[in-house]
Amino acid sequence: MSKISRRQFVTAGLAATAGISGLAVAANLAKRYGLVPPDSAGIYGPGETLTYAAQRLFARHSLAREFPRSMISKVPFANSMPPLNDAFKRLQGGAFADWRLSIDGMVARPASLSPADLRSFPVRSQITEVVCEEGWSYVAEWIGTPLLEVLKASGILPQARYIVYFSIDPDWWESIDIADAQHPQTLLAWAMNDGDLPVAFGGPLRLRVPRQLGYKSVKFVTRLLVTDSLKGFVSALDPKSPNFGYSWYAGI
Amino acid sequence: MTHWITVISFVALLVTGVEILISHPRFYWGEVGNSRTPPLFKIPIPSSRETVPTGYGYVLPDQNGWSRYLHFEAAWALVLTGLVYVISGLWTRHFRKNLFPAPADRTWRAFRSVIAKHLRLAPPDEADSRSYNVLQRVTYLLVIFVLVPLVIWTGLAMSPGLNAAVPWVVNTLGGRQSARTLHFFVSISLVLFLVLHVAMVVLTGFASRMREMIPGLAAAPRERT
Repeated sequence: MSKISRRQFVTAGLAATAGISGLAVAANLAKRYGLVPPDSAGIYGPGETLTYAAQRLFARHSLAREFPRSMISKVPFANSMPPLNDAFKRLQGGAFADWRLSIDGMVARPASLSPADLRSFPVRSQITEVVCEEGWSYVAEWIGTPLLEVLKASGILPQARYIVYFSIDPDWWESIDIADAQHPQTLLAWAMNDGDLPVAFGGPLRLRVPRQLGYKSVKFVTRLLVTDSLKGFVSALDPKSPNFGYSWYAGI
Repeated sequence: MTHWITVISFVALLVTGVEILISHPRFYWGEVGNSRTPPLFKIPIPSSRETVPTGYGYVLPDQNGWSRYLHFEAAWALVLTGLVYVISGLWTRHFRKNLFPAPADRTWRAFRSVIAKHLRLAPPDEADSRSYNVLQRVTYLLVIFVLVPLVIWTGLAMSPGLNAAVPWVVNTLGGRQSARTLHFFVSISLVLFLVLHVAMVVLTGFASRMREMIPGLAAAPRERT
């Protein structure tokens, strides 16, 4: 009996040593190939890094499921949101004709796009599911401009790694990595189902990121910042931060 | 060793799982479901979201940030530990020797006699304290090779990133909301197993069982028998 347990002990010891050195090598490689999420520090870092690295390694280009028209939810669910500010209400009064989407940061040609400008890009429509981190979901058709098209037109610089996108609500912004920003289904949506994107669903402009949970799909988008660092933007573990202490990567 | 990491992971998964559940204590079947669609069933508890009609006049604080972080980290720990356990179990033939029912026990009669013994609350005989009886073996195999893989599968089926990468993981379950409902029931089964398992350990002598399970303490009491 004791012989077996000694052998098991030695095996476990060897496995642990191999595991720890393997982890050290993996951590170095992960950093070099951009597989470490910005909230990798702290006690939840290892889990987040494993999830993010696994998905970026094995499923960087996978497409979110698209559904047949018959599966579009008859009554999509509009989540609650903070009261809209005066700036929004003024633009709403003018039927959002004066809404602008600015692009700045690491781009060759910073721009400010009107709703008409946005509609002049190639249009994409897709029937995808909105998945809330709380557990509920609905399917809708989203019509808009792929973020990729806007980034290409503004001449995104090669060193860009993240896009930070801001809502007209000053306390609301999120960020995604370049893989999701250049993903064909990441959409600056301005229409939903059969009409303009309703305000309750983020109209006039919402960034839909269908491979991640709903909280990454920020409503009322007014600004895109292209950057190589999220310093100052990620305080995910702080429950008072705009992202409620939610994890940065929400592809799980 | 793998057992205790699993215990810690399971408790973390359970606590955070309940916490996440509170943000939407309604269950559905199929692909979609939300507060505006009829639920399959509801759990009559207050929610941490004001958008969920619960009938309670108050909303609990939102704890989903750390809960989700910890849930997925503990899930990684459980999966990686489980892999080590299963591989070493196959390697050392632990499953075949100690968990797969012995040839003589692979009959309904043997099964019935063990159940009858339990119902009579008969004291365990000499052999029972050294190896697992057929009921224990079947239960452990069910947990290791059916329930835990199922809870991982149904959990992964709720990951939007994984849905994109491997759509059949969720499609074979009948949709995202079906996966969530199944995840709930499989978790309940695992909690029932945990309750029975701990009850059995306590009934058969907590102190001596723990001595056997903690490396280094095992040898001394064994030599006396």
